[in-house]
Amino acid sequence: MAIESDVLVIGGGLAGATAAIEAARGGASVRLVAHKENTLRNASGLIDVLGYNGGDEPLVEPFEAIADLPDEHPYRKVGVEAVRESLALFDEIAGDLYEGGHTETNALSPTYGGRVKPTGRYPKSAAAGLASRTEDTLLVGFEIVTSFDAPLAAERLDSSVPFDVRGVTIRFPGEFRADARITRLATALDADELRDREQRLGTREALAARVAEYLGDAERVGFPALLGDDEHQAVREALETELGVPVFEVPMGPPSLPGMRLEDRLYEELDAEGVRVESGNPVVGYTADDGRITAVSVDRGRREVPYHAEQFVLATGGLVGKGIDSSREGVSEPVFDCHVPQPEERYEWFHDRVFDDQPYARFGVSVDDGLRPLDSSGEPEFSNLRAAGAVLGGYDMAREKSASGVSLSTGLVAGQRANEDLQ
Amino acid sequence: MSDAETSDEFKPVEVFPDSESMDLRGGADDCYKCSTCDSECPVAAVDDDFPGPKFQGPEQWRLKRKEDTEIDDSVMSCSNCMRCDSACPSGVPLSQMHNTARGSFVENGMDKLSREYIRNRILSNYGTLAWFGSKVPRLANAVMSSSVVQTVNEKFMGITAEREFPEFAQQTFREWWSERGGAEIESDEKRVAYFHGCYSNYNTPEVGKAMVRVFESFGYEVMVPPQKCSGTPMFANGMLSDARRAAETNVAELSAAIEDGADVIASCTSCSLSLRQEYPELFDLERIEDVSAHTYEALEYLRIHEDLSGALDESEIEPERYAYHAPCHARNQGLAGQAIELLDGVEGAEAEDVGDSCSGISGTYGWKEEKYDTSMKIGAEMFHHMEEAEPDAGMTECPTCAMQMEHGTGYEVRHPLQVIEDALVS
Repeated sequence: MAIESDVLVIGGGLAGATAAIEAARGGASVRLVAHKENTLRNASGLIDVLGYNGGDEPLVEPFEAIADLPDEHPYRKVGVEAVRESLALFDEIAGDLYEGGHTETNALSPTYGGRVKPTGRYPKSAAAGLASRTEDTLLVGFEIVTSFDAPLAAERLDSSVPFDVRGVTIRFPGEFRADARITRLATALDADELRDREQRLGTREALAARVAEYLGDAERVGFPALLGDDEHQAVREALETELGVPVFEVPMGPPSLPGMRLEDRLYEELDAEGVRVESGNPVVGYTADDGRITAVSVDRGRREVPYHAEQFVLATGGLVGKGIDSSREGVSEPVFDCHVPQPEERYEWFHDRVFDDQPYARFGVSVDDGLRPLDSSGEPEFSNLRAAGAVLGGYDMAREKSASGVSLSTGLVAGQRANEDLQ
Repeated sequence: MSDAETSDEFKPVEVFPDSESMDLRGGADDCYKCSTCDSECPVAAVDDDFPGPKFQGPEQWRLKRKEDTEIDDSVMSCSNCMRCDSACPSGVPLSQMHNTARGSFVENGMDKLSREYIRNRILSNYGTLAWFGSKVPRLANAVMSSSVVQTVNEKFMGITAEREFPEFAQQTFREWWSERGGAEIESDEKRVAYFHGCYSNYNTPEVGKAMVRVFESFGYEVMVPPQKCSGTPMFANGMLSDARRAAETNVAELSAAIEDGADVIASCTSCSLSLRQEYPELFDLERIEDVSAHTYEALEYLRIHEDLSGALDESEIEPERYAYHAPCHARNQGLAGQAIELLDGVEGAEAEDVGDSCSGISGTYGWKEEKYDTSMKIGAEMFHHMEEAEPDAGMTECPTCAMQMEHGTGYEVRHPLQVIEDALVS
């Protein structure tokens, strides 16, 4: 006997979750196996579509620029309509957490480094902070959150936007160890316990009282993204009530509360669609017959367990997610050993200047228009395998700011094609 | 592990020479400080003094390499739930680091005559205490439920009086097994060796009986080899020499069963995790890799080797709603969704997952007076979800998670095997 499903998705990030949801909505029985916790919790929470296309100025309209991208770019494989469709799916799933669906223009979101990043969707908690709005801004950092230097971020922002930005660093209310993690502060804001017994202020009011001293003429206040976990909307509303101005979160690096909220939402949707999700299951091998994968082997502590399916989706991520591996001998895809185009000579993998347009940033599997990985002679490796997300090559997600959009759109198409091809 | 090619300059070092001489440099080097393990750690979430697995594992490892720094005593605040293992995107062997560090700390940093050491050793060798208790179960139950004894335990031993001691069964699983004359089915092709562990032998033999009946309904011959504790509570308390002694017996006995054509199955997810992951990570006994490779969680085994889902799809029970908690050690084996998925097929059974939070008790952890409050804070989210679900009963594979669920909500808790026995065995 066997553990089996119609569609097996390997990888639990944005692309894998999207592929699984789309395939399940199409009527397939879907199983998603993930090796480790996905990297969504490390993501800023911004959903970028296409921020740059070779120039120094951010793109205003990402969809219009897709036609100009190179043939091998994943957006050219799936087509601009699939990108739109995948964002519509995202809006349906996460529309109460996210904004941006009302326009096809990129929004500009401040980052914790004091830059602006073009993005297609942004957390509601970040909406009041968009740089496309013109209100004077106060950024509030905390002594305890060393990764966000509010005065420095404000100084950088102030020099590039047409409104005033000031930054201040204050103490977070309550007693915390000097290196308390950001999730601890979010939990304290959720709990809103009394911090000032004399004046009977909870954490939220105590925080607002400290910020009010510095508010001055500012018409909005930005905090590092730690304004609550489960209660993030209530926390933000409480602060806005006390301060009398809009409050926003500045997206941060790991661990990222907006990333965790997005992960929770995606996994709720997977559950609602009946997708079987199993984590802690690295895929370490496969069996194939006549050009079709029949099963993958999952490592269960020194023994391999077969998982059978009709269709497979490879969504294991790129270098960071371990979906692409490398050594001095070459760059490879470790699960199915799909071909990864690369120069044979290792010294051609990179240019010396670190911020140049780097070849290695585009490494990944090459696919046909149906997202099937291709071998070195340009033929599909397997007839029933699709690839989606960061494991794909042909684009530089960091330079062009397109990671989330590629994951969503290729995940959507991979899920659709897998469902269509079920016999 | 690390992709870096070995440099001639590097020679492996024994960072923890008094433990099992592990060299986990590859794991420490793979850590790129993403903090995922810290954000997953249930102790760090509620205990601000606990630095979290990132510090306790790779960072402390690196400190030890240059200077013979003493291991931080916060390692004893780790509950060994091992969520950090499954959280780490780079595969850093955090729990292996913690287990070896804790072993070293206990060996070198704890006074062997201290109350804490003696209590921890008593708790981690529960099987020995239970062996005596099971001889006179009525007397033992009366004594342990006495509030006077509980107060004495707390004052003198530091064992919390807040929890009721689990009752000893009137007849242990092994006594039942002997009484029924052992296996009722003989088979050369289908044979399993049951690692029952302490709890389903001394306290909940009904779980072991359910397992035997379910496997026999699929035609299996069940063996019940001699065995000692899987070592899980010993790992959690740094008693590695006790664990190794038990492991020597277990590996020898289970290897013999494997030679007889059996695979090893366990009904407790901590036991199966210990045999398949912690054993080969921590001990170098002969044939320990073989035992690991042949060990399964009981339901996992039937899902792979039989059409368990198909059999359940045609089964039914009296209508019952369960609130299911996936133990952390089921999560670590990739089995978190298994029970819910299997019971979906049973007519009358309705199981709701109460979320991915930790139960908090982590075996012996929640029994320690100074850790009791932390364990209840960790479990609060699960208690809340259970209350909201309004089930007829709770459900989980782990005996101490079951204790915690019952302690925190008052619901009786069953093992999935018991429900599946109701569904499949008539």
